[in-house]
Amino acid sequence: MGNDDILIESQKEWHGTLKAYGIGFLASFILTACSFLLAASKSLAGLPLVILLVLLAIAQAIVQLRFFLHLGQEAKPRWETLVFGFMVLVVLILALGSFWIMYDLNDRLMSNTPMEQSHD
Amino acid sequence: MSVASHADTPLAATAAHDHADSHEDGSLTILGFWIYLMSDCILFATLFATYAVLHNELFGGPSSRELFSLPEAFAETMLLLFSSVSCGFALLSSLKQKNARVIGWLCLSFLLGASFVAMELHEFTSLVQEGNSWTRSAFLSSFFTLVGTHGLHVSVGLFWMAVLIAQLSIVGITAETFRRLVVFGLFWHFLDLVWIFIFTFVYLMGVA
Repeated sequence: MGNDDILIESQKEWHGTLKAYGIGFLASFILTACSFLLAASKSLAGLPLVILLVLLAIAQAIVQLRFFLHLGQEAKPRWETLVFGFMVLVVLILALGSFWIMYDLNDRLMSNTPMEQSHD
Repeated sequence: MSVASHADTPLAATAAHDHADSHEDGSLTILGFWIYLMSDCILFATLFATYAVLHNELFGGPSSRELFSLPEAFAETMLLLFSSVSCGFALLSSLKQKNARVIGWLCLSFLLGASFVAMELHEFTSLVQEGNSWTRSAFLSSFFTLVGTHGLHVSVGLFWMAVLIAQLSIVGITAETFRRLVVFGLFWHFLDLVWIFIFTFVYLMGVA
C-alpha cells in the first residue's frame, strides 16, 4: 500500500516525543509561574521588572519553539529555520522602528506644547 | 543523486521518482504552512507595536492597572498551555495508530481551547458593559484589536479542530489526516507562543 508507506514516512519525519513534550510543558509551566509571581509580588518595579519579564517570555518562546514546534530539527536544507530567522529580522525592524519613531515624535511634541493644551 | 543510483531498471526509476514526489508534497505542505505562520507573526508584531505605542493614551478612560486581573490572565494562560500540550499528545498517539486516543486528546484540547475563548469573551463583554469598549480610548482600541485578533485565531482553530475530529472518526489515521494533524498542531502551538507575549506585555506589564 503506497498510502501506508507515505504515512510511515511522514510519521518518521515528525520530531515529537513524549520526553520533549514533558520537558516543554514543565519548563513552560515554571516560566509562566515565575512571570506571574514576579508581577504579583511587586518586589520589583520599573525597568528591571520589564527586562526580567521580557527575558522570561523569550526563554519560554525558545522552549516552545524547540520542544513543541520542533524548530531547527528539520532535514537540511533548513528552510523553516531560514524563514523563521527572516521573520525575526522583519519583526525587529518593525517593532523597534515603531518605538523609535513614535517615542521620538512624542518627545518632540511634548517639549513644544504642554500636555494640558494638547488635549483641548 | 540517490534517484540516479537506484535507476537500474526503468520500473525502479519510476518508483523512486513517485516516492520522492509524494515525500516532497508532505514536507512542502508543512513548509508552506510554516511560511504562513511566520507572516502571521509579522501581523501580530504590528499589533504589538501599535499597542506599545498607544497603551498610555487613555483619553480620560481607565488604565490597564484598573481593568486587568492577574488570576484571570493566569487561568487563561493555563487553559491554552494545557490545550497545546494535549494537542501534542494527540499527535504522539497518532504515531501509535491509536485513533480513539487521538480523538480523545483532541476533544480535551478542544474543550480547553473553548474554555479559553469563553473566558476571553466574558472579559470582553464585561469590559463593554462597564462602558470600556474599543471606542473609549486609543489604549482600549489597540487592546481589543491585539487580544481580539488572537482570540479570533483560536476560534478558527477550534472550528478546524472540530473538522479534524470528524475526519479522524470517519476515515481514521491516514497519510492525509496525519499531515493535517501535524499542520494543525503547528497552528495550535503557534497560538500558545503568541499568547506568551500577550500575557507578558498586556497583562503582566499592564498590572505591575
